[in-house]
Amino acid sequence: MTEKNISDFTSCAGHADINDLSSITGNLEGQNTARRQQFINDAVIRIAGNSQDGIQAVGGFLARLAGRSAQDVMTYMTIPSTISGGPSIFQVRIGSGEVLSAGDEADFLVAFYQHSYKDHIGFLKKGGTLLYDSDHVQPDFTDKGHFYIGVPMTGLTVEALGGTAKDKGKNIFLLGLLAKIFDLSVPKIEKLMEERFGKKDPSVANNALMAFHAGYAYPVGNVIDLYQFEKTEKKPDARPQVTMDGNQALAYGLIAGGVRYGAAYPITPWTSIMEILRAELPKYGGLFVQCEDELASVAMALGYAFAGHTAVTGSSGPGISLKTEAIGWASMAEIPLLIVNVQRGGPSTGLPTHVEQSDLNQAIFGGHGDSPRVVLAPKTVEDCFYIAIEAARIARQYSTPVFILSDASLATRIEAFEEPDLSILMADPRPDFSPRPAGFKPYTLGQITHHAPPGVKITDGQYPLVTGLEHDELGHPTGNPKLHLAMTAKRRDKLRQLANELPLPEIHGPGEGNILLVGWGSTYGPIREAVDKARSGGDSVSSIHLRHVHPLPVGIETIFEGFNHVFVVEMNDEGVYGYGQLAAILRARYCNPKIQSITKTDGLTYKVREILDRTTVHLNSAFAKR
Amino acid sequence: MLADAMAPALPQQEKLTKKKLTADHPTWCPGCGDYSVLSSFYKVLERNNLPHENIVAIAGIGCSSRFPYFVNAHGVHFVHGRAVPFATGVSLSRSDIHVFVFGGDGDGYSIGGNHLDHCARKNVNMLYVIMDNQVYGLTKKQTSPTSPVGYKSKTDPAGAIDRPVNPMKKLIANGATFVARTCASNPAHMIDMMERGMKHNGFAVVEVLSECVQFYSNAFDAANPRRGGVFKLIEEKTHDGTSEDENRHDVTDEQAAYKLADQPFPGVFGVFFKVDRPTKNQLEQKWIDSLRAKNDPSDLDILRKTFDRLK
Repeated sequence: MTEKNISDFTSCAGHADINDLSSITGNLEGQNTARRQQFINDAVIRIAGNSQDGIQAVGGFLARLAGRSAQDVMTYMTIPSTISGGPSIFQVRIGSGEVLSAGDEADFLVAFYQHSYKDHIGFLKKGGTLLYDSDHVQPDFTDKGHFYIGVPMTGLTVEALGGTAKDKGKNIFLLGLLAKIFDLSVPKIEKLMEERFGKKDPSVANNALMAFHAGYAYPVGNVIDLYQFEKTEKKPDARPQVTMDGNQALAYGLIAGGVRYGAAYPITPWTSIMEILRAELPKYGGLFVQCEDELASVAMALGYAFAGHTAVTGSSGPGISLKTEAIGWASMAEIPLLIVNVQRGGPSTGLPTHVEQSDLNQAIFGGHGDSPRVVLAPKTVEDCFYIAIEAARIARQYSTPVFILSDASLATRIEAFEEPDLSILMADPRPDFSPRPAGFKPYTLGQITHHAPPGVKITDGQYPLVTGLEHDELGHPTGNPKLHLAMTAKRRDKLRQLANELPLPEIHGPGEGNILLVGWGSTYGPIREAVDKARSGGDSVSSIHLRHVHPLPVGIETIFEGFNHVFVVEMNDEGVYGYGQLAAILRARYCNPKIQSITKTDGLTYKVREILDRTTVHLNSAFAKR
Repeated sequence: MLADAMAPALPQQEKLTKKKLTADHPTWCPGCGDYSVLSSFYKVLERNNLPHENIVAIAGIGCSSRFPYFVNAHGVHFVHGRAVPFATGVSLSRSDIHVFVFGGDGDGYSIGGNHLDHCARKNVNMLYVIMDNQVYGLTKKQTSPTSPVGYKSKTDPAGAIDRPVNPMKKLIANGATFVARTCASNPAHMIDMMERGMKHNGFAVVEVLSECVQFYSNAFDAANPRRGGVFKLIEEKTHDGTSEDENRHDVTDEQAAYKLADQPFPGVFGVFFKVDRPTKNQLEQKWIDSLRAKNDPSDLDILRKTFDRLK
């Protein structure tokens, strides 16, 4: 919430348990009448419970609602890597302006259990509101920094649903409460619930509505202020917003980009992309196959690609490790392939449900031999859609493997963005089956290879072969030193050619100044917000965000020239030599000692505050070193 | 699938000849059994006059996996052990293509063993010819998954101690719908098995005993009448109602097939097992057709409607 509201909260800090109405009047004397509605433009709501409580569903409803109301929204969730049970949170940040990160601290904390309260109260901002299930949570009222409001959510849900549902439905009860507190549109929520539950047994939809209205009817307005989001001005030509998570955006981007075939093996947090593609691709006449393992899935995807299609395989870190041999084959045989890596904490099984950007080196260098490939990294949920289209185009144009490096935070967070103009974005998925002229060579030196898929007639009757052995222009195996030299250069020069065509990243802030922050991937929002915050405080900070990580666009060094310090912000380890993975690559590429590294490996997304604090520390040490 | 509508109509081609199908001269050792497999394969293609451009030869790594270089057709030389899933990608996305996979015992039963099991289970339409020489030849004499116990190799100097794979039993148990066994020393039989495998709709595997003259010479003499052995054929049931037919092998009888597969070396040759079961190609196409029928014909409209649901 905006600063001006904080004073309101702190002034009325107290606690209320509506089970005991007398306690309200006792604690909030003089404040339970004539509550006014306050206008806000930004709110961070964190809901903490267990993974089976359906808090993701509530968060999802809030996000969709915000998207439909032309508001900006970003969500953040954690789930335990167990099948059921374990603490889980869902955080929603809704704003009437641009929402760049999920928020450093919460304005509202909802706690279902004592552990939810204990684990997350530290995340609640001073003067923030704790909304707790008084059937399960006993807060420490001696901490006067927050406003406490207890509602017997479990009991009231059971009461509302007639006692047969146990406490299932308390998430929807909570949705009702939040709808009341934030003056959310009831008809819109009812419509969302109908869309979600309408196809199920009618009793499910009825129960949901009963739970929602029980929550909405609860007299929470007697004890705290109610809020209303400021209306956002819709741009006159703006398209309606779509609301989805990063994995959905990536999957639909692949489809828009012309991908019709794929194969993979399930692994968190990649899996939902393959689930979507398995269900969606047949509608387009394509196919996605769940394979017996990662090795088969990359092989099968390459089979589709050889057959003429734009094909995808994907996984998360450990699975990508298993695919690397065949990705090297794609480099050697010059076959287009899209590889999605939804990164998680590593190495080995690591932190399956946490975020990390530690697979960059693997994407660029993973595998034996010199095997050039392209690496792209989406910066937001919206960008997951657009980068998939670009990756597919590059794979086809340069006949090369292309990595898309997403991560666990993009995969699971929900954002609203303007609906893409599909009429201009949809790529034609049809392969080129036209006959090839006499003398067709698959690997002509000095040209980008475009292999002839099976079914293509070669007019002189000499059929080509694609191969992982070093080869001559016709694909015949050879150990000829000159040819290995020439072919290695041929495969590498494609990436140099691409680098010349890539746009330079946009500079956020002035092109000259003291500090330049460099990021890649999902850290886009927090870095940008950190720059805005620092600049509003008078600091000279700008940022660039690299979507094209390998090859790097030509000319980045000229951007570096405009700054005294270049700090590369990423979520991986500083390594033996003190530099994160992108920082090390940039230092090797540009030999520029002002490139420094800000890294972390706690498995959590960057907070804006962390970036600012770490930048200050680095700046001080940079001065000290002088 | 997607490709069918777009493949250009082709005029009837001139007859395929060995000359048209021959590419690089094989790099195999003189006397290698694989030469005979290659010439038999040419013969199958000639006999059936398949559209030249629709033939694909795919292989992994090994001596026998050099096969695609020696066939003038669209070819793929892929990585070790993964030719079968690669071929699956071609087969499932291109129903117009005749998919042939070639490899050895290491590629098929060892490093690619898992894929063999799953491709059999899924019954993907292709012909897989496994040239089994019971030794690793390309890396020069190490034990293979089919080397018999006692075989002396560079990795088992005192003789192999691990029980070898029984290819027939493995394939039948995992659901391959055409399982046959032949020997490179009997080209006529080999051609027959490959041709039947090619025409079978489903996952067809022909295991060919193919001698490695360099590292395991005379391994299959026991199956070669010219070297004093016996090439014992499986007599298939013809359902002609005669009394002798009762003792013949019913190729749809799984239990009988296992019994045949358990016969001591060199065993019997012919079709062990053949059943008709819907292929993955057919089942996936059914799922595609049902979804196509329910959705817009235009890709753009399908994605637009999906986005409408996300508003």
